[in-house]
Amino acid sequence: MTVQLDARPPVVPAPQRSSGRLSRLDTRLSPYLYIAPFFLLFAVFGVYPLAYTFWVSLHDWDLLGADHPFVGAENYTRLLADADFWHALVNTLGIFVISTVPQLLAALWLANLLNRGLRARTGWRMAVLVPNVTSTAAVAIVFGVIFGREFGMINWLLDLVGLDAIGWKSNRFASWVAISAMVDWRWTGYNALILLAAMQAIPRDLYESASIDGANRARQFWSITVPLLKPTIIFCAIIATIGGLQLFTEPRLFHSGTNPIRGGPMRESQTLTMYMFENAFAPHYNFGYGSAVAWLLFALIAIVAAVNVLLLRRLGGGDRPQKGAAR
Amino acid sequence: MAAFPRRRLAAVALAAATALLVTAGCGGGDEPSDGKITLTVDVFGQFGYEQLYQEYMAANPDVKIVERGTGTNLDEYSPKLTQWLAAGRGAGDVVAIEEGLLVEYKANPANFVNLLDHGAADLKGNFLEWKWNAGLTADGKQLIGLGTDVGGIAICYRKDLFQKAGLPTERDAVSKLWPTWPDYIATGERFTAAKTGASFLDGATNTFNTILLQTAGNTTGYSYYDTSGNLVVDSNPSVRQAWDTTMDIIDSGLSGKYGSWSEEWVSAFKQSKFATIACPAWMTGVIEANAGTDAQGKWDIARVPGNGGNWGGSHLAVPKQSKHQAEAIELVKFLTSAKGQIGAFKAKGPLPSSPQALDDPAITGASNAYFSGAPVGAIFGTGAKSLKPVYMGPKNQAVRTEVENAVRTVELGQRNPAQGWTDAVTNAKKAAAK
Repeated sequence: MTVQLDARPPVVPAPQRSSGRLSRLDTRLSPYLYIAPFFLLFAVFGVYPLAYTFWVSLHDWDLLGADHPFVGAENYTRLLADADFWHALVNTLGIFVISTVPQLLAALWLANLLNRGLRARTGWRMAVLVPNVTSTAAVAIVFGVIFGREFGMINWLLDLVGLDAIGWKSNRFASWVAISAMVDWRWTGYNALILLAAMQAIPRDLYESASIDGANRARQFWSITVPLLKPTIIFCAIIATIGGLQLFTEPRLFHSGTNPIRGGPMRESQTLTMYMFENAFAPHYNFGYGSAVAWLLFALIAIVAAVNVLLLRRLGGGDRPQKGAAR
Repeated sequence: MAAFPRRRLAAVALAAATALLVTAGCGGGDEPSDGKITLTVDVFGQFGYEQLYQEYMAANPDVKIVERGTGTNLDEYSPKLTQWLAAGRGAGDVVAIEEGLLVEYKANPANFVNLLDHGAADLKGNFLEWKWNAGLTADGKQLIGLGTDVGGIAICYRKDLFQKAGLPTERDAVSKLWPTWPDYIATGERFTAAKTGASFLDGATNTFNTILLQTAGNTTGYSYYDTSGNLVVDSNPSVRQAWDTTMDIIDSGLSGKYGSWSEEWVSAFKQSKFATIACPAWMTGVIEANAGTDAQGKWDIARVPGNGGNWGGSHLAVPKQSKHQAEAIELVKFLTSAKGQIGAFKAKGPLPSSPQALDDPAITGASNAYFSGAPVGAIFGTGAKSLKPVYMGPKNQAVRTEVENAVRTVELGQRNPAQGWTDAVTNAKKAAAK
């Protein structure tokens, strides 16, 4: 309201006109100034790299080369016919599914446990976050050793119970499982805490009336907790999607030795980001092709996130009563 | 209303300008205040320069040398170097370039200082002729780098494991066991039959590369690419011959299947899990670093089956982006001088590429205490001057990766030799086209 009043001074003495104009400028400009930092940073670190990557992806761009001839969509057409690209895509989705689904279920279960009256509650709640504080590189290297073919602990345990050793790094499915274990170890606690925070926002009286109606704990969990957590679960799922589809450090450091960016001799656990790196940097240094991978990955994340939202919307059933009331 | 968007634009511009001013204030110089020039040297593996740096800094008190990358794998180092060169900043003042990657870097010579413009031409006689030529661009007008080492090949072996298997342990007797690769395989079969709990060799890929470079050096003079730059992976008999020999090694169950340079490979060194390893001169430093002091005196060095061969060796170059080119060039000249090469050899074993250094008593008489006092100077140095270089093509590293991965899949039992060969050829062609 004040804005309107200041902006239209009907009777202003001449000497004050300049200050009036200033204040008018102020009211017009300052809102933009206040929000500018975000847009500026977004432009520099978001829009520009995005646009530049797209520009690069339309060229035959050798990283060290002086000339970068324009090739149009050639990188994309080649990529769509590239078996290794689809192989990496399947790997990425496979690892994503077998890491995210158990991860969110476990997080939900953990959050539910932590939401009960436990002794040293804060201690437990902090403890589930500890893996997340550990450096990804350290986690990946340690897991890489644990899942070693000959000197690894897991194979040693398998040997103790009389089972054959598993080539964790050269068997496609086994390497997916190993990498998922790493991801879950690190992220389950984080998601549990987010879900816990949301659980605590659920009004207690809902549970009280449910128990008066004779609903047991499990029924309360599935009929009250889960539906009311829907927005948070969607949030966790989307974050996990973005992280899962961009998975790089874990599979990259899981493999060591010559050219680990392949993710195993037959690309057993090479994710899309690793394939992007392999092409954009060593050993191919084909920046244009790598950029095309990046753009297709971007499109893929958008699609999967949309599918996620749709699925989870449906999962929760119809709209909740409060939501309808709020409208 | 028409004025409104313009005003909005102005507002955004103003905001942008303000933010830029603020961020610009954060930049600053990185020069040290004590007036010394800091020269950064980027290397991989074990170059053995520490002592030489000390010497150089003592003689040039205004220069401080910082080294990055000792112990890193070439696969970690080369992408970083390429990114620094592409970005125009970040690279050291002196950078090491491995022979397999030299051709790629030479294709874009503008990234490097032309050492011929800085009096390097006078140094030609200090290097083996082919090593000098490898540093030159195709038109011969620019010298990218000066040579450091060459990779004369031997076989390093564990005396204690040989003894356990009832094989001779003395190095001349061991050399006599394997005049040829089939003899080496036969020895391996004897070793395996003795069930020592260790494998005969570490992994097939390094052995494959050794056989390939040896065969190529002795016959065609090129490996995956011919000298006109055509991919000949499926038509060069050297490649096929090395492949077949390697398949025999795998078939005989001699390989421990430890992926070269992996964590497991390093563990296998520590736990004495294999008895022999293909051993270019620079590998001695790697073995010592991996196997540790516990294995001191348990290793020895015998001659390689077949006839000689060269694997590896590097050049030192000065990127154009260096702010201290003149000083960096002086350092390169010092490190690649006969004296510098001898110093590096004594520290970590890379074999000199300077004929003067190779003739120096410090090399010819050198022995290595870690390897049971093996006369490394004589073992690696003899024949170094007659080494025949193998031409490396433009995408050598990418192609080599594909072929070695195919070897690895056979070694791990994922593919049979015939499938592996098909993979090697198809994937090599694909990699070369990228």
